[in-house]
Amino acid sequence: MTSLAFDQVRVDYAKRTAVASFTDTVKPGEWLCIIGPNGAGKSSLLRAIAGVVPHAGKILVDGSPLTARSSRRRAQLIAYVPQSPVLPSGMTGAEYVLLGRNPFVTHFGRESELDHSMVDDVIDRLDLAKLATRDVDTLSGGERQRLVIARAIAQEAPILLLDEPTAALDIGHQQQALELVDKLRREHGLTVVSAMHDLTLAGIYSDRLILMHAGHVVAQGPAGDVLRPETLGEFYGVSVRVHREDDGTIIVVPNRTTSF
Amino acid sequence: MSTSMSMRGESRWWIPAAVVALACSLLLGLMIGPAGPTWWRVPLELVDRLPFFSVDSGLTATDWSIVWQIRAPRVVLAAIVGSTLSIAGASYQGVFRNPLVDPYLLGVAAGAGLGATIVITVNRSGTSSWIIDPLPMIAFGGGLIAVLVTYLLGTTAKGERSSTSLVLAGVAVTSLATAAQTFLLQRNSDVVRQVYSWILGRLSSATWGDVRLVLPYVVFSTVVLLLHRRLLDVLRVGDEEATALGVNVSRVRLAVVIAATLGTASVVAVSGLIGFVGIIVPHAVRLVVGTSYRLVLPISLLFGAAFLILADIPGRVLDNPAETPIGVVTAFLGAPFFLLILRTRKNER
Repeated sequence: MTSLAFDQVRVDYAKRTAVASFTDTVKPGEWLCIIGPNGAGKSSLLRAIAGVVPHAGKILVDGSPLTARSSRRRAQLIAYVPQSPVLPSGMTGAEYVLLGRNPFVTHFGRESELDHSMVDDVIDRLDLAKLATRDVDTLSGGERQRLVIARAIAQEAPILLLDEPTAALDIGHQQQALELVDKLRREHGLTVVSAMHDLTLAGIYSDRLILMHAGHVVAQGPAGDVLRPETLGEFYGVSVRVHREDDGTIIVVPNRTTSF
Repeated sequence: MSTSMSMRGESRWWIPAAVVALACSLLLGLMIGPAGPTWWRVPLELVDRLPFFSVDSGLTATDWSIVWQIRAPRVVLAAIVGSTLSIAGASYQGVFRNPLVDPYLLGVAAGAGLGATIVITVNRSGTSSWIIDPLPMIAFGGGLIAVLVTYLLGTTAKGERSSTSLVLAGVAVTSLATAAQTFLLQRNSDVVRQVYSWILGRLSSATWGDVRLVLPYVVFSTVVLLLHRRLLDVLRVGDEEATALGVNVSRVRLAVVIAATLGTASVVAVSGLIGFVGIIVPHAVRLVVGTSYRLVLPISLLFGAAFLILADIPGRVLDNPAETPIGVVTAFLGAPFFLLILRTRKNER
């Protein structure tokens, strides 16, 4: 199990600051969910961890800074599922999952038998055999999402980053995808950081929530502490009701504001 | 049954098939020509020249020198030029993730052409005593500058490279280089013929010397490109995801662009501007073997060589003794094909 720590992480784009200062420690095996309105800096933070955008401050994996590692080594530690992944047309499902083995193949090398058997194993475990030989172009949104997760799993990285993993999915596939991540997390001790819009799902699946607003952390803690009507009202500008079920599940329901 | 292994199994036969196609084209290229021995005597003579074989082919010494000194270098050069333009085209398409770029559209060929024109106009005869012929060097320099300008112009202010802006930048750079070339030619009308026949693409004056001249660059370029074929597949998911998968995207892109430019510029320097090969061949190959660069690159290399040998044959035989320039033949085949791709291509990323 691998820990992930942030020390005053800052992400700047040409004209604006996406993440102003982010300091946190994600425990090994923890599922941290980052919530917040559009433009709050959730995706930018995940992209910084994945090494896709540069950052200031320190991101520490097992105590040593990310920037000290080669991009290949970083990819061995961190798998990233982007918000809108590109599935190249003409590629089969199995070829796509095999891309996840890239961090283990030398620059000019080829995938080994081990890499191929890893991919076959992931395809079996995720029950994707039917998609393995199909062109990714012909797959539905849910099938594509499962392949992207399979690619990330084939990467065998102890840290999994998910950017809006359920945005394109219907309620059944949302549950399926998140259950899958949760199961893999428990089986393999993955540390998961996800950005999510659906607050109820965020509360159900994560161990801890962080609410970001305009690049700053404005609230954090277990779902019950963060998902409160007044907090959400202040930062999302919405009026919501929050129900607490008997099993501790927090349900966030928007209020209809039109007056009659 | 292993799913990721079986897909490798199906593709196992493409490379041997392409090797056979190339061998047949080579043989055909050696057999056909306006002068020289009857066609069927050539394979017999080749067999005769193998160790431990003795066949009476009836070839005279003159016949053999036509085959070996005139046809063979031309066929070999056609193979080298065709394979290099094809693999370079496929690599450019991969690295820019744009199915419509080829060495020609990016301005590499025009830049190399301008470089070569400068050498020819300034003082071609003066360089004949040099140990190293400066023409491929300067053609390479011109090609590299052109692709760098295209690349920089095609990068918008936001740092994004859209397919459209890249192709437009290539068109602009090509026009600029062509304009400069025209200007130089107007000032030096005595070399117009020499440069003009060069522009149209020519394999007719090919010698073993030309082959020796380009071989080092072409071998280097081909090896580097083939080594990157797996990474070109990873790049297909886009810069961001490829980075997250541990690829140093800018380094790979630079290495591939330099290698493809080196290969293109050096073949353009000896053969002139032979258009459309770099786009026809990789696309035809994709239609047949699929989109993975692991297969597209080596198969384009082999089929590209075979294609240009075959495309060169009509030019040699038609309206003999005048020759139809090879660039005319490939453009005749290439332009309709290019339009066909434009109409049918899917929104490939």
